[in-house]
Amino acid sequence: MKNSYVMAASAMAMLLAPGAHAQSKELVLYCSVGEEWCRAQSEAFSRETGINVLMTRKSSGETYAQIKAEEGQPRGDVWWGGTGDPHLQAAQEGLTMEYRSPMLDELQDWAVAQAETGGYRTIGIYAGALGFGYNSDLVSDNPPACWADLLDERFRDDVQVANPNSSGTSYTMLATMVQLMGEEEAFEYFTELHSNISQYTKSGSAPIRAAATGETAVGIVFQHDAVAQTVQGAPIVTVAPCEGTGYEVGSMSIIEGGPNPESAKVWYDWALSPAAQEIGATANSYQVPSNAKAKTPPEAPRLADIKLIDYDFAEYGSSETRSRLLARWDAEIGALPN
Amino acid sequence: MKQFDRASFGWLGLLLFSVLILPWYRGGDFGASALGEGLGTQPWLLPIAVSAVLLAGLALTVDDWRRHVAILPLSIAGLVLMTLQGFAIGLNGPLIPGIAAIYPTAEQGQSGIGLGGLVTGLAFLGLISDALAARGFCRGERFAAACVVIIVALLSLFVFFPIIKLGTAAFTDAEGALAITPFLTRISGAELWGLACLTSRYSCGVVINTVVLGVLSAAFATGLGLALALLVARTDFRLKRTLRAISILPIITPPFVVGVAIIVLFGRSGVVTAEVADWFGVRPGRWIYGLPGILLAQVLAFTPVTFLVLLGTLEAINPTLEEASGTLGAKPFVTFRKITWPLLRPGIAAAFLLAFIESLADFGNPIVLGGGYDVLSTKIFFAVVGAQYDLGNAATLAIVLLALTLAAFWVQTRWLGRASYVTVSGRSDAGLAAPVPRWVRVAAIAAVVPFVVFTLAVYTIVLFGGFVTDLGRLDLTPTVSHIWTAFSFEIGAEGLRLYGSAWDSLITTLWVSALSAPLTMGIGILTAWLVMRQDFFGRRAFEFGTMLSFAIPGTVVGVSYIVAFNVPPVDITGTMVILVICFMFRNMPVGMRAGMAALAQIDRSMEEASQTMGAGGARTLRDVVLPLIRPAIFTALVYSFVTAMTAVSAVIFLVSARHNMATAYIMGRVENGEYALAIAYSAVLMIVMIACVALIQFAVGHRNLGRRTELQGAPAAQTAE
Repeated sequence: MKNSYVMAASAMAMLLAPGAHAQSKELVLYCSVGEEWCRAQSEAFSRETGINVLMTRKSSGETYAQIKAEEGQPRGDVWWGGTGDPHLQAAQEGLTMEYRSPMLDELQDWAVAQAETGGYRTIGIYAGALGFGYNSDLVSDNPPACWADLLDERFRDDVQVANPNSSGTSYTMLATMVQLMGEEEAFEYFTELHSNISQYTKSGSAPIRAAATGETAVGIVFQHDAVAQTVQGAPIVTVAPCEGTGYEVGSMSIIEGGPNPESAKVWYDWALSPAAQEIGATANSYQVPSNAKAKTPPEAPRLADIKLIDYDFAEYGSSETRSRLLARWDAEIGALPN
Repeated sequence: MKQFDRASFGWLGLLLFSVLILPWYRGGDFGASALGEGLGTQPWLLPIAVSAVLLAGLALTVDDWRRHVAILPLSIAGLVLMTLQGFAIGLNGPLIPGIAAIYPTAEQGQSGIGLGGLVTGLAFLGLISDALAARGFCRGERFAAACVVIIVALLSLFVFFPIIKLGTAAFTDAEGALAITPFLTRISGAELWGLACLTSRYSCGVVINTVVLGVLSAAFATGLGLALALLVARTDFRLKRTLRAISILPIITPPFVVGVAIIVLFGRSGVVTAEVADWFGVRPGRWIYGLPGILLAQVLAFTPVTFLVLLGTLEAINPTLEEASGTLGAKPFVTFRKITWPLLRPGIAAAFLLAFIESLADFGNPIVLGGGYDVLSTKIFFAVVGAQYDLGNAATLAIVLLALTLAAFWVQTRWLGRASYVTVSGRSDAGLAAPVPRWVRVAAIAAVVPFVVFTLAVYTIVLFGGFVTDLGRLDLTPTVSHIWTAFSFEIGAEGLRLYGSAWDSLITTLWVSALSAPLTMGIGILTAWLVMRQDFFGRRAFEFGTMLSFAIPGTVVGVSYIVAFNVPPVDITGTMVILVICFMFRNMPVGMRAGMAALAQIDRSMEEASQTMGAGGARTLRDVVLPLIRPAIFTALVYSFVTAMTAVSAVIFLVSARHNMATAYIMGRVENGEYALAIAYSAVLMIVMIACVALIQFAVGHRNLGRRTELQGAPAAQTAE
């Protein structure tokens, strides 16, 4: 009977014992591109380097929130993918680490510009223009071609876009409209658009998946996400809005004080190499890669053919502007009746 | 004469060992103990080491040291010192001003406690319980005293402490200072209580939404449950066995998958929607997203619970009363209205409240089908995971949800506690139950048939949807590609390598379930035994405290755990430990209720005999009690295992990249529209669960599966008493 004391005690002691640390090298990856691409990329990396990748996919806004919440003791190493704005905000707040990769010379100008804006705490890994896609089974005549067309009465409850709080895609739209129209006009546009929105999703690419299955007629997303649906056989037509549109520089950052800084740098350099950047196209992701030597997939929407605005990443990636626009969106759009 | 007392010296040895040798901090080395670190840079640990050494000194010099006047104060002082330093000095420095004046090195802060800190705390608790037992606590039964003290300590740490932390988070303003205004602003907002939906197109407050959903869902589920119970208990309906089998399904169904199946059926481009739209030439709508969809999914999920409760009530009604009524000339309808119905009412109330509480706590269905219809559980989730990361708001909402749930529990105990509905007594009850009136029967069948058809449709999709190319577009070519995406592997030069994206989450889920099930069962049964068989000060409060952890909705637990355990002293977020602990304390009341029910049926005389012959509390428990309550052990094991595999509301906050759980992974896939993958994974989970339940059954002993469901219903029904 006396022994059972000790046994009970040691059983309870086992409970809180620190877990045995794995011997092999590993990397905790916060991934903010599509799940499929996240999977392909981490699998390729662990095949090539033998480093075990522990990956979670979350939208970029959520990942930013998580890194911020874990500021005291970071649990992640690399934040790979997702729109540039929250990456810049994290850089500005010192959540991510400054690192100059030897691959810097091979990158496109816009990718280096992103790094300079963020004080080399982040870097561009791909680019893609904003737009929308519609389901051609549901919208057959007089298809929408401009942002203004989405306000049409016939799309009542038939447009989806993500919530800009959780999704970088949707924040890019918010910032684009503000730059395209001016802030007051942009919020008037969103107010009007609201009556056509059936749901603000959490993930940025979810609206186009809903459009592909016919759950909604129009999904506002990055054009490459819409193209991906078409390639997979969905009746989706991609639209580059006639008024012009913004674009994202998908970015990557190393988290300051993460548990595996060495593996993080290995990933960082590898992810900027041409071979690694060509993996996206095999996983239904048709962004324009940032390494000039990497092949741009033929399906990718050509940035040269799209009327692009001069997106001010420094301004709209800053903490103040981003927090202010999101708070205003919550107060004026998020609170509107359904 | 010096008594050499093995048990007490066991605790003392443990204390010295941990204070002198075990690493105090998480991830520390042996030797970096309280003493080692205390002499080094963390001098605030020295008093703890000193109290341990004093205790040891006393033990070696005094006679009958258990009863020595200094033992209890010294042990308590050690524990208090330990707690104080933990909360006074945080990760980045002192949290209480003035500490730095005493200990300059406190500016560097300290990390969370590790093995040493844990074992020291445990040993102090053991010594306290021993000293208390020596003073007559638990009638001097030392094993019971130790169990009570340790369980109370665990409950305080893992149930009450997080809730208190959550409370403070709700009263914290943007600068981190305590203030009442932000709480009042948040809690009185129209966002919570608004009634705009009655008069305009604006949506109502989230609390109103939650309550409306809860009431509707509980009403429908109770109605259906009653229909099912009447058919099974009081008619010769053919499909009784099928009904019973169907009622088990929701228990082992992973969350989200029912919502997904409903979208596949009734979504804008759903199978049924398309057909109906064709027939009537209407434009397919999105009506399923919002209240109707959530309601549908919840009724499907909760009807089995209400069914089990009501079946129990119906079977407990003594048929002689109904027979007497018939003999006295009452028509079946009159008998039903005047005898059966009044006796059923407490059961109906219990079933309603149970479904209401489950609806409040439900997270999986609203998040998939909610659309623009916000309920508290999803709102809490978005407040924490969204880009705003507004913990104060999440905490406020969580407090509202907790208050609602506790109110429902309170109503349940108050309302049902009053009148007597006892009809089963020692006397013969050999009467035959009266058949229900014709129209009741017809109505019941009319309600049940659509339910059964619907359930079958949903589960057909769950079982086969993962193995066709694209259910959404009705491409029904069989494929294993979804399963392969989730569970691909290679056997190469380096041995087996698992590449599928779902392996990590499946393996973690199995580990967590396998670890938490026996622990949950152990602590549950032990608590039941303490409450039923031991007599100690504060027993009622102890019982109430354990039930409280069951009443707290999962999302509230999740948020409170993040708030409480993301920082030292107990810094365990992002580990597997926090998942196991979370399940232990959420599910222990079920094991406890099962144990109490089983113990109530066993006479004390056998245990008394065992103790008369010299066996202590622990030995009696092991050799006499446990073998007699095997069914309760089985229930507790199965319930905690299955819940650990399917729970989502608390877990969703606690998973990390390293330790992801199956349900969290499935949620990600659903959110992203990868329905086929989610469904395929769910089917795999269900198969794994059935296999594991069979394994547990084999390990625990021979009991048939039919018995299990009734026992699971039993604890639920008992809360109503």
